[in-house]
Amino acid sequence: MQKRFVTIWFRHLLTDWMIIRQPDLKDIPFVFAVPDHGRLIITAANTPAEAQGITAGMVAADAKAVVPGLKVIDDIPGQNLKLLKALGLWCIRYSPIIAVDPPDGLIMDVSGCTHLWGGERGYVKEVVNRLRGKGYDVRAAIADTIGTAWATARFGQVTPVIEPGGHTNALLPLPPAGLRLEPVVLERLHKLGLITIRSFISMPRSVLRRRFGEGLLLRLAQALGQEDEVIIPLLPVQPYEERLPCLEPIRTAVGIEIAIQRLLELLCKRLQQEGKGLRTAILKGYRVDGKLEQVQIGTNRATYNTGHLFKLFELQIAKIEPALGIELFTLTAPKVEDVSPLQEALWAGKPGLDDLGVAELLDRLAGKIGQGAIHRYLPDEHYWPERSVKIAGSIRERPSIDWRTDRPRPVQLLNRPEPIEVSAPIPDYPPMLFIYKGKRHQIKKADGPERIEREWWLDAGQHRDYYNVEDEEGQRYWLFRSGHYAGSQGNQWFIHGFFA
Amino acid sequence: MIDAKKDIISQLQKDILLWEGFKPPPPGAAGLAGLGPVEAAFPNGVFPTGAVHEFLSTEPEHAAAAGGFINGLLSALMQQGGACLWISQSRTLFPPALKAFGVEPDRIIFIDLKKEKDVLWATEEALKCEGLAAVVAEVREISFTESRRLQLAVEQSRVTGFILRGVTRKLSTTACVARWKITPLPSELEGDMPGVGHPRWNVELLKVRNGSPGVWKMEWAAGQFNAITEPIAEEMLHEERWAG
Repeated sequence: MQKRFVTIWFRHLLTDWMIIRQPDLKDIPFVFAVPDHGRLIITAANTPAEAQGITAGMVAADAKAVVPGLKVIDDIPGQNLKLLKALGLWCIRYSPIIAVDPPDGLIMDVSGCTHLWGGERGYVKEVVNRLRGKGYDVRAAIADTIGTAWATARFGQVTPVIEPGGHTNALLPLPPAGLRLEPVVLERLHKLGLITIRSFISMPRSVLRRRFGEGLLLRLAQALGQEDEVIIPLLPVQPYEERLPCLEPIRTAVGIEIAIQRLLELLCKRLQQEGKGLRTAILKGYRVDGKLEQVQIGTNRATYNTGHLFKLFELQIAKIEPALGIELFTLTAPKVEDVSPLQEALWAGKPGLDDLGVAELLDRLAGKIGQGAIHRYLPDEHYWPERSVKIAGSIRERPSIDWRTDRPRPVQLLNRPEPIEVSAPIPDYPPMLFIYKGKRHQIKKADGPERIEREWWLDAGQHRDYYNVEDEEGQRYWLFRSGHYAGSQGNQWFIHGFFA
Repeated sequence: MIDAKKDIISQLQKDILLWEGFKPPPPGAAGLAGLGPVEAAFPNGVFPTGAVHEFLSTEPEHAAAAGGFINGLLSALMQQGGACLWISQSRTLFPPALKAFGVEPDRIIFIDLKKEKDVLWATEEALKCEGLAAVVAEVREISFTESRRLQLAVEQSRVTGFILRGVTRKLSTTACVARWKITPLPSELEGDMPGVGHPRWNVELLKVRNGSPGVWKMEWAAGQFNAITEPIAEEMLHEERWAG
């Protein structure tokens, strides 16, 4: 999937924060300063102060000389990181993967998030407007790589949305400062007159490395997407996995049972807290001899019920071959779903297929005999008897059409129609008698024919004329003649089912 | 004097039923719809749910009749919702036909197994599951021990089980609460109209625990059982033989 990143630049992070807390400072020039070697060095200045030429890095006394009414506030070290972290957690609403970019930015991995806000432009607009509404002066940009987004947010002039694949072109007119370089390198580039990225991007790599060091090449490659850049998310996404190292190698079934029990308890506790349930779980046993034993279970509905999951694993224990012993067990849940909270019905009858017990029973059966043995049928829109049902995809699937009752259908249907010998002297009348498995059946009553045409777009062959007949003992059969009545040449007749 | 003795005997019978675990039905609990005279054959006059019934059927025609009859019972059992498991080795049951017996075919889960042993295992597991309304198992043969296990399972869960026995050459005793045999009877239409009528069966209750066996004629029409009351001398004899 195409990666997309948003970087947010807080232009006046600290001073904006101060103004939010003390709104009367809004129009007064003020700065944050820290003591350094007996002097006060400015770390941040607000917009009115910057307008009068005060920048970070100046000595507070000099600034006071320039702007007589300047207010100096003590900076708390680490305050900006704390602020960024809080802002990052607030931004989780926009993307699950957010990293802090000190001293004054945030990086968000927004791959697959933007469509929820109606496209990337709307997404960036929403983020910026919400943060501005809070009182922070921010700029944001979206691009394929963190480097390009970073540079565009800080130095871009045209648009904050860099289309996929357009990051190289977007970088060219930007100054080298957009590449997050060391001040020394930046100064050297400036001295050489390389004021845009365009002016040095095509230089041979060896030349760039010799003059400006490896850092420039790395940053350039990262901005161009040739090198991966790893960000550390604020809230790491933890896989649903538990480990159980064993002091002594486990060799017995009882030992494996205990291990499974413990792992399930740990995993299910976490699942329960997060309101999730697992659909599949894989147990791996790392053997002393380096081999890997693996068993897998699946459930019909998401569950965190330890007892039930243990029963499913219990059926699989026989498949685990511990040999000299297993020294490490891991349990992973690759497929996890939200658990719908159960609503207890007080007066209703049995809940049917939604019942938890039934789902658990089916899991157990599937664990022992395989999912292929369990069938549920739904009506299908075919008249042809063999195709009139289809296998339901899941236990929750409901029939989309009604079951038909307008035509008689036999309780027992043979898998394949079996040929019978009949005596049928009158065209399009039911036969007078038929012989099935060596037994003569004299037909006393009959209904029909019900003609069922073959679905020619699915297969070729003759249509069937079905008769519902009853013999002298009262046994009821479903017979059919294949094709039209052929007179003396005789037709092939079949028995296809038994009525109740 | 005789009346007093009868009272004592009926009282004792009630006590015995109670000791054997047959509770008198709670007031308001209706029996299965339309089973009519058949229900009177059971202890306390109630069709025993939460028990295992066995049906004998050797011929496919008889199996179809038994299948129809069981589906009629299922429709009553599944009225309150609930699902049913149909466990078999070589299943020929045709789901669309069940709708005519008042059962939603999509509420039945079919388990098609290869080994007879698996059928019994799956049946026992299913009978332990309280969420089910009923379990139907098609087996060839079942021993007393195996049937006892099934009976123990339903005593806990109160699920109703139906065992369809295919091989009846040597009929071993089982722990099932009732043994049925359903055979088809010629259908009848009003006024000698042509065509095949509603399914009609000869319902034989060969064995009932603490009840009285008997033979009835039943018809499935308009979504319910109808008992056909025309006593036949031959059948009365038959009934007495089994009861004895």
